[in-house]
Formats: sequence, structure tokens, C-alpha cells
Amino acid sequence: MSALYALLFIAATIIFVGGLYIKIRQYYDTPAPLVIPTMPAPRTEKGVAFRLFREVVLFESLFKSNKWIWLFGWMFHVALALVLMRHLRYFTQPVWDWVVLIQPFGKYAGFAMVIGLLGLWARRILVERIRYITGPSDHLMLALLVAIGLSGLGMKFVAHTDIVALKAFFIGLRNFSLQPLPNDPLLLIHLFLVFALMVIFPFSKLLHAPGVFFSPTRNQTDSSREKRHLAPWAAELEK
Amino acid sequence: MADFQIPELREYPTIPKLEEGATAHLSPFIAKPDHQEALGFPGELVENWEQKAIEEMGDLLNKYRSFRVYMDACVKCGSCTDKCHYFQGTNDPKNMPVARQDLLRSVYRRYFTLPGKYFPKLVGARDLTREVLDEWYSYFHQCSQCRRCSVFCPYGIDTAEISMAAREIMDRIGHGQKYCNEILGKVHKVGNNLGLPAPALESTLESFEEEIFEDTGAKVKLPLDVKGADVLLITPSADFFAEPHIDGLMGYAKVFHAAGVSWTLSSYASEGANFSMFIGSYANLKRAAERIRDAAIELGVKRIIVGECGHAWRVAYSFWNTVAGIGSGGNDPYAKKLQDQLDHSYPIPQHICEFTWGYIQEGKLNLDPSENDWRTLTFHDSCNVARGSGMGGYPGGQFDIPRNVIKAVCNNFVDMDPDTIHEKTFCCGGGGGLLTDDLMEIRVKGALPRMEALKAVVDEHKVTNLAAICAICKSQFTKVLPYYNMPMDMIVSVHQLVSDAIILEPSPDDDDEDDEDSQDD
Ligand code: SF4
Ligand code: SF4
Repeated sequence: MSALYALLFIAATIIFVGGLYIKIRQYYDTPAPLVIPTMPAPRTEKGVAFRLFREVVLFESLFKSNKWIWLFGWMFHVALALVLMRHLRYFTQPVWDWVVLIQPFGKYAGFAMVIGLLGLWARRILVERIRYITGPSDHLMLALLVAIGLSGLGMKFVAHTDIVALKAFFIGLRNFSLQPLPNDPLLLIHLFLVFALMVIFPFSKLLHAPGVFFSPTRNQTDSSREKRHLAPWAAELEK
Repeated sequence: MADFQIPELREYPTIPKLEEGATAHLSPFIAKPDHQEALGFPGELVENWEQKAIEEMGDLLNKYRSFRVYMDACVKCGSCTDKCHYFQGTNDPKNMPVARQDLLRSVYRRYFTLPGKYFPKLVGARDLTREVLDEWYSYFHQCSQCRRCSVFCPYGIDTAEISMAAREIMDRIGHGQKYCNEILGKVHKVGNNLGLPAPALESTLESFEEEIFEDTGAKVKLPLDVKGADVLLITPSADFFAEPHIDGLMGYAKVFHAAGVSWTLSSYASEGANFSMFIGSYANLKRAAERIRDAAIELGVKRIIVGECGHAWRVAYSFWNTVAGIGSGGNDPYAKKLQDQLDHSYPIPQHICEFTWGYIQEGKLNLDPSENDWRTLTFHDSCNVARGSGMGGYPGGQFDIPRNVIKAVCNNFVDMDPDTIHEKTFCCGGGGGLLTDDLMEIRVKGALPRMEALKAVVDEHKVTNLAAICAICKSQFTKVLPYYNMPMDMIVSVHQLVSDAIILEPSPDDDDEDDEDSQDD
């Protein structure tokens, strides 16, 4: 079991990192031939960084649009971020100070995460418009995330798993030595689902995470009159 | 009055119940072979169009980051679903921005992603079939590319970019839209959307000069092809023949006259509109804009000013520098050829409202706003100005400056509901290449949210007129206002208001004028 999970972990990591690299490379390499920020847009690079910051951290556009989606979506993402940061303690030795610091918040963020997800899911079922645009993969994605959240919460609050052994397993992998993984069904489910999520990531709508940084309507400055903006393939047309 | 149901104005805008297929029957006329070929597209649907369409989609995915990222990034959050005026006016779920994107995204997924190849049902991927093509043709011509949806999308996904890509793909397989392509062909051939030749344009301008003279006693010129003029004015050709556009044009002429700025129109580039944007064609965008570049070089002007037109201003402000080197800061030979000649102490290009507002601030125009006291105004932010361009060199100038101009010439002004103006403005319903009689139903229905906001200020504040700075908006409102029981002449040009308030000195009689002219020379 330990060996199988070690392999799964390595495979999932390779697909996750490799797939994301290819996708990000593709976004990066594709030129944006025209200046198309959604106006009014910032006039400077600094302003753009601030706009992206507001978009990524506060979900500004969503807030303008719909307070319910914003509430559930923001709650889920912030909680997820906390939970992920908290999980660093299982991969680092010694545990970084700031990770120790957020531990109490991270512990309960799991609940907020699941509540946010359930809120979003409820909208998919109850709101006619959103039901219309929801496909099977959207339900599956939510199911996957909720299952990851619940299995994690289960280990934290119901049936503790041998966290010391788990940590030894991951630290061991880093040093190319295979340590035994606790044979705890909740843990095995939790890890398996996380690996699945990592594999799906570069092939699914989860690409919104890198995508938002490459969105020309959000990352361009309003400077078209002052600077000439020319994509390489467009410059060819002038020769 | 119409063979379709005109939507009722709702007191409180609500989110409609879905009516699947409500406007599936709406499709504009297909372009004829010569309209297609004039733009470099195949005359009719090519034989292996399925395969060709996928190839062209691949080409655009490699050329446009927007298209590439937007195909992947949508999470189906639903934030944009109720933001489109066509959805609000038709209840057709395929007019929800995300559903519109999905018409193309489903095909993208099938041919360009692994899950779509192996689990098409799971991720909503589908083969490109004739039905899909027909659906594209129908619903991508029910999008005015107004970008309202992109304001509310957490990733800025801009359905306009996607409908431009869809139209470009359809053009490239020989399945273009008649309205846009026919008009664009005329620009390439004659220089304007109307196909109006130089002599006709000249006599039209003369008739305007006479009209202004009769009204004011001032000899205001509308010069054509004057070499060495300081300013080249590029304006939509609707300003030469349609109401209330003409009154706007006379307004610009009066401002130039009062400001003492030498200016000219060009018969070679007598069109501000550039419908290439609507069909997403970079090559045609460049070709049409280069007419203006060439005219500017030929006439030796120092500044370029753009008249009241929404998409034309987006093209000018955002794209001209890119596609034709009309702007500042270019240091390649192509750009320098024009830019070395221009006076960069002014914005290039400059909007006529920026120009007029500048002179108003300097107190150079003699204005009597009481001339407009019989009116109460509100202002419609045109989508392409509001969300596609700027003014004044600061974010939001495109909202303030036209309003500043209006307030300087009218004492009574109120804004509509804040959720329907500025960056959240609703499209007039006729933008993006939809301003054609064969799409009347979608135009009327898509105007609903704007009509509701307008009706509210009419009832509450006795608003008599709606001002706009877009040729398409003006034509569209003239047509649709009566469907909603409001008079068609409610819609006015911003520079028509300026024209009515500006006080010109009557010109001295002919002899003196000739003297003055020779001194100038
Ligand atoms: S760009 Fe405008 S017309 Fe097109 S889908 Fe978005 S809101 Fe609707
Ligand atoms: S707002 Fe953006 S991410 Fe959300 S459904 Fe619409 S297009 Fe997709």
C-alpha cells in the first residue's frame, strides 16, 4: 500500500506540475495582439498589479455582480488557502513559524470550505440559470472537493489518523526512502482524492487559477494611445 | 407594429425565467459571394468546412491569448448569466454570456482537450455539425460585443472576444454575415460605409454650410481634402446623412470654427466606422484603418480627431496605434512614417468631446446653455466608449467628459440608474454588427434594459432627451424608441446640444471674407 501510494503521489505530482507548466507556457507564448482591457483600466503596471490583486484576493468582479456567489466562492477559496497553508506542516521539518501561527484558523477553515462548496452546489441545483449551464463535470468537481474536505475533517475531528507516521512518509519520500503509510481508510481516501484532483487540474476548469493572471481584459494597462503595442505575428503583416 | 412580441417594461428589473430556443429562429442574412471575396474570405461555405473550421479555430487559439485563456478558464460560476441585455429581453438561455461561449467552447473541448476527446458527455463537448454551425450563426449574431459580461466575470472573460473569434471562423469557412461584410467591402472600395463618392460628399457638406449660415449668419466651413490643415476629422459616415447625427456634425464644425482651428475631412477616408472589429478580422481592421493613415500622411495633418461613434472610438483609441501606427510612442519605421509628422502635444487620436471640453475649460467657446432649457437631458454611455476605450488620459474620463460637455451646454441633466450607466451601461441593442433590419426582433428585445432605465427618468425627472456619442446607438434608438412608446426624436447627438447652445459671430459679408482668406494664405 505504501509503495502504491508513493507511486501515485509521484505520478500525480508529475502530471500536475508538467501539465500546468505546459498550459502556462501555452498562455505565456500566445500573444495578445490587441489592447483590450475592460475599461476603465489602470494606466500603469502598478495599477494593473493592484487590479489583479483585488481580483485574486477579494474577487472584486464577482462582488460587483452577485453577493451570494461571491460569499460562497470567496469563503471556499479563502478557507482552501488557509487549509493548504496549514497542510505545509506535514511536509516541512521543522514546521515554519507562520504555519504554526495559522494552525488554529486552518483547523476550522475546513468547515468554512465545505460550507462554501455546499452553498455553491446548492446554487447549481436551485437557481435555474446556473442549473442550465452546469454540466456533469461541474457536479463531479464539487463532489470531489467536498469529499476531500469531509475526509480531511473526519481525520481532524472524528477519527484521528497517525499524523506522525504520515509526516514520516512524506519526508521520507523527499529523501527517496519509503516509510510506511498509516493504513487508515479515511486517510487513504483523502490522499487518493487529492491525487485525482491534481491529475485533473491541468485538464479542467481549474485552469482558471493560472488563467486569471493571463486574462488580457484584466492584466493590460490602458496605454494604447501612448505606446505602440504589436504582437510578433501582427508585425509580420507590416513587412 | 411588429410581428413579434415587444417586451413589457418591468418596474423592477427581474431575472427572467428561461425559455429555451426563444430566439433560435433569429439569424441575419448570409453574405453573398462578392461580399465575402472582397474581404479575402471564400465566397460560400467551403466543402470540407468542418475540418477547415477546426483548423481556423486552432489558428486563432495560437494568435489570441484572450481566446486561448477564455476557452479554458470559465468555471460556470454563473456570475455573468443575468448580465446580458439580450438575455433579459429574450429569456433565451443561450443568450446568457456563458451559454453563448459554450456554443464554441463545447467544440473547442471536443477537438483541443483530452477530456473532450475521451469523455465528451462528461465535459459537454460536442462534434461540429451543421446544427452547431447554425447555432453559432444565430447566437453569435445575437451578441453586440458590448463587454458588459466581462465586467462581472471573475476572470474577465469577454464574450465579445469569443463572438469575434466565432465570426472570424465562420467568415473563413465562407459563412459570413451580409450586413457587416457588404458594408466593409464599401469602405475598402470607396472609403465609407455608404459607398458615397467624393462629389456627393462634397455637395452634402456644402448643403450643411448653407444650413448653418441660414441659422447663424456665420460662414462655418466643412472643408474636404484640404492639404496642410491641422486636424483631420474622422467621423462615422452616418454623420453625413442620418438624423440626429447630422446635427452633431454641424456641432463639430461650429466648435472648430469658434476655436479657430483649421481642419478637414478626407474623401479617401470618409469613414470612422470599422466593422472589421465586429467580425474579429485583424487583417480587415488593419486594411480599413490604413486608409485613415494614408489620408493623414497625404494631407499632412498634425492631429487626428474622431467624431461621435462608439466602436469607431474603441478602434481608434485602442487599436489604431497597433494596426496602423496612428498614435504616439511608436519607434519602428512603419509607425514613425506617420508619427514624426504628428503633433504629440495633443492626444493622438483625440475624441471630439475631449477637444470640445478642452476649449470649454479654456473659456474659448461662447455658450448659452439656456438655449437648451426646454430640454432635460440624460446620457447613454455607449458600450464601446465606456468599456472599450478612454478619454482625458485618466480612468473614467470617458464617463465624465461627455457629461461635462453636456452640462456646459444644458442646465437640466440627470443620470439614469447607476446600475445602467458608466462601466455597467446597457447596450442600445443594436451594436456589434446587429444594426440591420433582418435582426429587428433582437434589436428591439435587447433594448429593453436601456428602455426601462430611460423610462424611469422620464417618469421621475421629466427627461425629454437622451444624448449619445455613438452613430449606431443614435440609429438604433431612433428605430426602437417608438416600439416602447417613446418619440424617436428623443435621441440627440451631444454636439447637437453644443450646436444649439454655441453663439457664433455672424460673418462679415463676402468681400471681407475673401480678404481674410488671402491673409491667412
Ligand atoms: S458581450 Fe454583451 S451582448 Fe455579448 S454576451 Fe456579453 S453582455 Fe451579451
Ligand atoms: S462569469 Fe466568467 S467564469 Fe463565471 S460563468 Fe460567466 S464566463 Fe464563466
